[in-house]
Formats: sequence, C-alpha cells, structure tokens
Amino acid sequence: MADHLLSLSGLHTHIGPYHILQGVDLAVPEGGVTVLLGRNGAGKTTTLRTIMGHWTASQGEIHFANHNITKLDTPSISRRGIAFVPEDMAIFTDLTVAENMSLAAANGPIDAKRLAWVTDLFPPIGSFWNSSAGTLSGGQKQMLSVARAIIEPRRLILIDEPTKGLAPAIIKAMTDALRELKETDTTILLVEQNFAMASSLGDTVAVMDDGRIVFAGAMSELTGNPTLQEKLMGLSLEVHQ
Amino acid sequence: MLTRLLSGDMPRSGLLTVLLLGILVSLAFAPFLFPGTKSLETAAKICIFIVLVASYDLLLGYAGIVSFAHTMFFGIGAYGTALALSTTGPTYSSMIWGTAAGAIVAGIFALAIGLFSLRVKAIFFAMVTLAVASAFAVLMSQLSWLTGGEDGLNYGVPREFKPAFKLIDEKILDVRINGKLLLYYFVFFASAALFLIMLRIVNSPFGRTLKAVRDNAFRAEAIGYKVVWYRTTATVLSAVMAALAGSLLAIWLRYTGPATTLSMEIMIDILLMVVIGGMGTLYGAVVGATIFILAQTYLQNLMGLAETATSSIPIVSTLVAPERWLLWLGVLFILSVYFFPSGIVGRLREGRA
Repeated sequence: MADHLLSLSGLHTHIGPYHILQGVDLAVPEGGVTVLLGRNGAGKTTTLRTIMGHWTASQGEIHFANHNITKLDTPSISRRGIAFVPEDMAIFTDLTVAENMSLAAANGPIDAKRLAWVTDLFPPIGSFWNSSAGTLSGGQKQMLSVARAIIEPRRLILIDEPTKGLAPAIIKAMTDALRELKETDTTILLVEQNFAMASSLGDTVAVMDDGRIVFAGAMSELTGNPTLQEKLMGLSLEVHQ
Repeated sequence: MLTRLLSGDMPRSGLLTVLLLGILVSLAFAPFLFPGTKSLETAAKICIFIVLVASYDLLLGYAGIVSFAHTMFFGIGAYGTALALSTTGPTYSSMIWGTAAGAIVAGIFALAIGLFSLRVKAIFFAMVTLAVASAFAVLMSQLSWLTGGEDGLNYGVPREFKPAFKLIDEKILDVRINGKLLLYYFVFFASAALFLIMLRIVNSPFGRTLKAVRDNAFRAEAIGYKVVWYRTTATVLSAVMAALAGSLLAIWLRYTGPATTLSMEIMIDILLMVVIGGMGTLYGAVVGATIFILAQTYLQNLMGLAETATSSIPIVSTLVAPERWLLWLGVLFILSVYFFPSGIVGRLREGRA
C-alpha cells in the first residue's frame, strides 16, 4: 500500500440509520487522475465526505501519505494537503471572489505566480475579482470552487461532479483545466457521471455500487470493453457520450 | 487616513454617509446642540448602545450565532465597575480595575459557554444562553448583600466626573463645562474607540473567516479552519465588548441594577436595533441604536403634540394619545421590518447597487 497516496480499506460509513458505505476498498496511486464512477446513490459522495472527515467511518481505515487519518477532524485533514470541491459549488456567496480566494490560501497570502496560473486556467476569476461571489453564474461558481481548491499546492484534490448542470462549453473549459492540473503532479480523485470527460481524463478507475467498489483497474480496461461497462453500470456508457 | 480609521469599510452609499455623519456630529456636539439633561442622557445612552448593539451584531450578523446572553455580559461589565466603585471608593483606579475585572469575567463566561455549547446546533446554543442568562439575572437579584438585589447599587464616580465639578468658570456657548460634560465626552470617545476596534475586527481576515463560517461551516472546515475556535473567539470578543459597554453605562448612570442591565427587555431591544439597522454591518448598529432610542425617548412627546393638534377630531386624538406610544412604537417596527427586510443600512446599500 505504500506506493499509494490514499488508500481506503474496509471502510464503512453510517449516516443516521442508513448503512451507506459497506466496506469500500480503494487505492489512489500518486499522480494522475482516479475516477470514481457509479450510479446515483452508490456512495460516491459519501466516500469523498468520509475521506474529508465530514462523516466518521464506523469501521475501516483511511491512510493518506502513510498516515492514518481516519479519526482526524476536517480542518486537520485539510491541512495535511487534501482539498475538496463539493458538488454543490459551496462557495461563500456573501464574500467577494477575492475574499473567497484569500480564505482558501490558509497558509498565508496568495502567491502571485500561482494566482496568475489559476486565473489563466479560469479567466472569470480574474475578471470578477472584486465582485460578490453570489452574483456569479453557475459555471463561474464552479470555476471559483475549483480555483479555490488549487490556489495553494495540494497533494490530493477530491472533486465531486464538477460538470453537473453545466453548459458544454464550460464542461470543456473545466476538462482542460483539470488536464493542466494533472500535468502539475497533483493527484486527483474525481467523481464524475459524464463518461466522456471521465474517460478522457482518468488514468485509473473504480466503479461503485451499493456502497462497495465493484471494479477497479486502468481506465483503458473499461473504455475498451463495452460488455464490462454494461455489466457494471447496467447500461452502455456509449449512449451517454 | 479616514479609510484606515474605518478599516476600509466605507459606508458605500451617499445617503448612508450623510446619515452617519449626521449622527456623528449630533453626538459629538450633543451638549451644545441639544442643551438639557434629558437630551444629554439620551445621547450618552445612544453612544453606549451603539457599542452594545455592534458587539451583538459581531455575533449575530457576522458569525451567525443567536445568543440571548448578551445582556448578561453587559450586566457583568456594569456590575464589575459598580462593585469596584462602591466597595473601594470613587477613584480612577477602582474604575479601571472594576472594568477590567468585568471584561475578564465576561470573557471567561463566554469561553465556557462557547466551548460547552457551540459544537451543538444553533437552536441549542440559543437555549443554553437563554437559560444561563436567566439564571444569572435571578442570581444577581438574590445576592442582595452584594449587589443590592432589585434595588441595585448607587455609588460615586471620581470627582472630575461629578456635575458639581467645574473645569472652567465661564460658560462656552451658554453651556457650563462641568463634570457631567466631561463624563459625556469620556463616554463618547470611549464608545467611538470601541466601535472602531470592532470595525477593525470585522474587516480583518478573522472577520472574513467568520462570514465564511456563517455561510457554510463545512466548507470552511474543508479549507482548514477550525469552526469551533472561530465561533468561540467571536463569542468571547463580543462578550468583552458588551461588558465594556456595561462599564460605560455603570459610570455614566452612577447606578447599576437588574432593570438597567440584565432584563430581557433590553435583550429584545438589542435584537430590534440590530434588525432595524441591518444585520452583518456595524453601521447598522449605529443607525438602529440611534433611531430606536430616539423613538423610545421622544415618541411620547411627539404624540403629546399630535394629540393637542388633533384634539378636535374625536377618534384620531384618542389614538395618538401619549399613553398609547408603545402601540405606535410597535407599528413603527413592523413597518420598518416590512419595508427594510435587510435593515436600513442594507436597504441603502442595495439602493446604490
């Protein structure tokens, strides 16, 4: 397991009376993009939230960079170098874009070079710098959400459905940005329903169903095998492209 | 220079700037513009309540924490100063140590309440503060050997702050420069300083993080901020500010009792002032406190005039009779909440956008 940046072993999570994760085993190799697929309700978001410490695992362990982070609280997990982009674009709407960004740079002032790189990836961040984040469009909010996660170098970024509900042009911009991020040796764990995007970005893939990982392997194994796709997800992913 | 003094938080609305300047000038020259005991009492009360309401807004508007214990902290400050002045004599040193002790005790209380209950849901925190504040109010009225019970405490203040003290013999603009006037300016400048300190706090990175925590606590945690720490710090800061406002009131009134500091009525007044002025902006506290206290003090007089003016019209004159002033105060509040849901300051700033 030592060669994996993040590994989950036998992870169980209960939310109230519901047993959501029922023994998740997942290994995220360092560098590259790991995509987590699965139908709605399979437990993808819960997996990310359990890693982040929002839910506490009732059983099993989470190791990040060879440290057990299972019982740490959310701020400590974040400070170990994991950033999280939740699916609801949870930006701080009452603050300006600038304030959102400087809050995210938790270790001091924003690095100018890094900021230039981020605004290059997401031009609206620069052009709406002093606007209230609440006035941004959906796509811009999502860009801010991702930009905030990468304003400081992180070892691992968890991204939950970054293209949900966005226009095709913005999906393309987002895909390009994530591809460039991948070049910087940042490890990404991506939850994505859009298979076209997932397969173009992903190096490794894991498919979830009913709170368990039912398939894990290289992305090429899945893209080249329609039968496997059908078996895993109950329908051919080709139709979604 | 001005931007620095206001910590970069400009009023951002022409009308609001005029309003705030009007309030500032009126309070700064109150003894000369509005001579008379009653108007000076009102002006001092406005100064103190601006600090008190702003400190509550720090908690409610910026951190999104609903607390009913604010008058308790106000009371702790007032009683701290009052006890010091009444037990060790009317000297500056007892004034200072009483104030400091009050602020420290309030801070410790807030820390304890915060650490015990800020982890739970907002509604439970509100209930805990309500319970603690009620218990404290009962305790203060029961410990009559110490606090004078319901009668409260009367005490002296340093000689220079007494009405009998004259700084110079001549009058300036027909106003005697006596101890009361000095005391008013002491209250005025202390309040202004406390207000500017709070403005600095809410516009600092700390204030920004507070807003982020209020917006979305989990997001703030995911970035790496300890939410409980920020909420507790906000509670402690707000409590210390409220205690200092309480000390100012104690020095100004030379009397401290449950009715002037601890009562639930004051708590509700504070809430109304924050809401009327506008939550989440300290200028709201200035506007809210000024309008509320002016209405509370002068509505009766105004209605007396109205009754005389309408004495020939039967029903109207009964309606505007001075003894019905509370009814009209209520109507005013309903109207202001209806027309200014984001408070007066919020409305003025929106109007500009």
